[in-house]
Amino acid sequence: MTDTTTRTVPRPAVARLRSRDRIAKAVLYVLLFGGLLVVVGPFLWMLLSSFKPEGEIRADPPTWWPNDPTFANYGNLFDRLDFPTYFTNSAVVAVLTTVGNLLFCSAAGYALAKLPFAGKKALFGIVLGTLMVPSIVTMVPLFVLTSNLGLVNTLAGLILPYLAQAFGVFLMRQFILSIPDDLLEAARMDAASELRIFWQIVLPLCRPALATLGILTFLASWNNFLWPLVAATGEETYTLPVALALYAIGQNRTEYDILLAGAVVVVLPVLIVFILLQRHFVRGIATTGLK
Amino acid sequence: MPEVRDRTVPSDPAAGSAVEPGPRPPARARRTTGWLTGWGFALPFAVLFLVFTAGPVLASLVMSLSDLRSADLLDPFGVDVVGLDNYVRLFSDEKFLTAAGNTAVFVVVGVPLTMALSLLVALGLNSGLIRFRTLFRVGYYLPVVTSIVAISVVWRFVLQPDTGLANEILGFFGVDGPNWLNNETFALPTLIVMGAWRNLGFGMVIFLAGLQAIPKDLYEAATIDGAKRFAQFRYLTLPMLRPTMLFVAVITTIGYVQFFEEPFVMTQGGPLDSTLSMAYATYNQFGFGNYGYASAMGYVLFVVVVLLSIAWFKLLRNDVDD
Repeated sequence: MTDTTTRTVPRPAVARLRSRDRIAKAVLYVLLFGGLLVVVGPFLWMLLSSFKPEGEIRADPPTWWPNDPTFANYGNLFDRLDFPTYFTNSAVVAVLTTVGNLLFCSAAGYALAKLPFAGKKALFGIVLGTLMVPSIVTMVPLFVLTSNLGLVNTLAGLILPYLAQAFGVFLMRQFILSIPDDLLEAARMDAASELRIFWQIVLPLCRPALATLGILTFLASWNNFLWPLVAATGEETYTLPVALALYAIGQNRTEYDILLAGAVVVVLPVLIVFILLQRHFVRGIATTGLK
Repeated sequence: MPEVRDRTVPSDPAAGSAVEPGPRPPARARRTTGWLTGWGFALPFAVLFLVFTAGPVLASLVMSLSDLRSADLLDPFGVDVVGLDNYVRLFSDEKFLTAAGNTAVFVVVGVPLTMALSLLVALGLNSGLIRFRTLFRVGYYLPVVTSIVAISVVWRFVLQPDTGLANEILGFFGVDGPNWLNNETFALPTLIVMGAWRNLGFGMVIFLAGLQAIPKDLYEAATIDGAKRFAQFRYLTLPMLRPTMLFVAVITTIGYVQFFEEPFVMTQGGPLDSTLSMAYATYNQFGFGNYGYASAMGYVLFVVVVLLSIAWFKLLRNDVDD
């Protein structure tokens, strides 16, 4: 069908379009590369500048390539700030939050998709209803709750509120719905327990969804700012973004040598994860967003 | 979860056939154990979710109707119900009104700008271009996955008045760049542009998926009918992209209404509150210990998010065209 329609286009018209396309394509490349430079430029600038000694960072006009590359700025993150602690806090919070969501959301997603139980519709309704709630809305009660539990300024206080999120359950439920019932029914016929069905059949089939959920949760947690800013009241529980932001607005606000090195430490792990796993992102966004 | 294993045990324990996996338990027993199993899987999530997400959403509403202050945490009986007082006070609070105005500008200018840019890039990447596609996609998406705090630090560095990269480049073209973040006129627009810079990758990925879902023969048919490129875009691409646009618009709007990190790190809401956002004002009230009042602010923000989402649905819903 497609073939017959293309053939009805007159040949000269196609040829003319092609030569014009070539110019258009060249312009397009220039524009796209220009845009790319604008988008990626600040990152390159950050990376390059983080290796410049303090004097060169303030140089006017600025230098592109570090004249006298140094790791001193990174050393200062350890000497003058407690970056290893912030880094560890960020990593612990992000990893535990991710593991929790993978576990709780896939289990609940399985129940919501495939098991009958009283209150199922209500639970899913509440999940849907809170899918888009801005985090600032729950900030105050969450702080009151956390403080009543004695968890302010603890890593547990940073993790618990994010351990089971609406988005994760929604994602897992939608994915598990697409697993054929026959498959599960066959396993039930063989008297496999639901736990075994979940563990040995459902979870392995969910691998793409779990990968997406895992990456998105890890990144969101790593980059999360508002709640850690509120709940981490002492330096010993600061996460990287909190430490960086508070340093950036404090009396050291113009110490760009340290600030840029800090920004690199915050950004780099995420960039590595993203570039290695970028395929999952696109798939994840496409499946969650457009069904 | 012991109830999971109970499933295979017949309801009558005297039967003694528990070891044999063969026959199914009677229907009623099956249903109740099914309930238990369902809750067994859902319970850990449900408890955490109700306590830390759904509960606080409700608690926030209740708090917004009270005069709760941080000091009251030690003395809960000092709290009074004040009805809608907090909400009434909001609308004569100049700080909050300024913040609401700034947020409105950020959303009204920022969302269309971000969407237009991301659609342009997506169209470019979708126009039969094959080389470097992954490079472009990854590159444009990069800022979306990185910490806004880190980005804000870098941008503040780039935007420094005297030695910043931005003014240096402008100077090359003979333009004397202003002190972007310290200028009442330029600070908010600068943050808007930065927002578009950061978020266009998200829209781009979604628009690309949407564009690729449009059947190719529609364009062939349009070409045969003599429709020019622009007409094809206007009457074919755009209508077909409506659901995609709706999704991008809603997600971008929800994000922009809450903007907080950029002013927090770059301008602290200044100069003269010109970059104070609703979320920032709420955070400040929380910091002052005015919990009830901060809750009311947060709830207003929530209502704005809901209303704007509904507005987008009305505007971009596919009603008659298919």
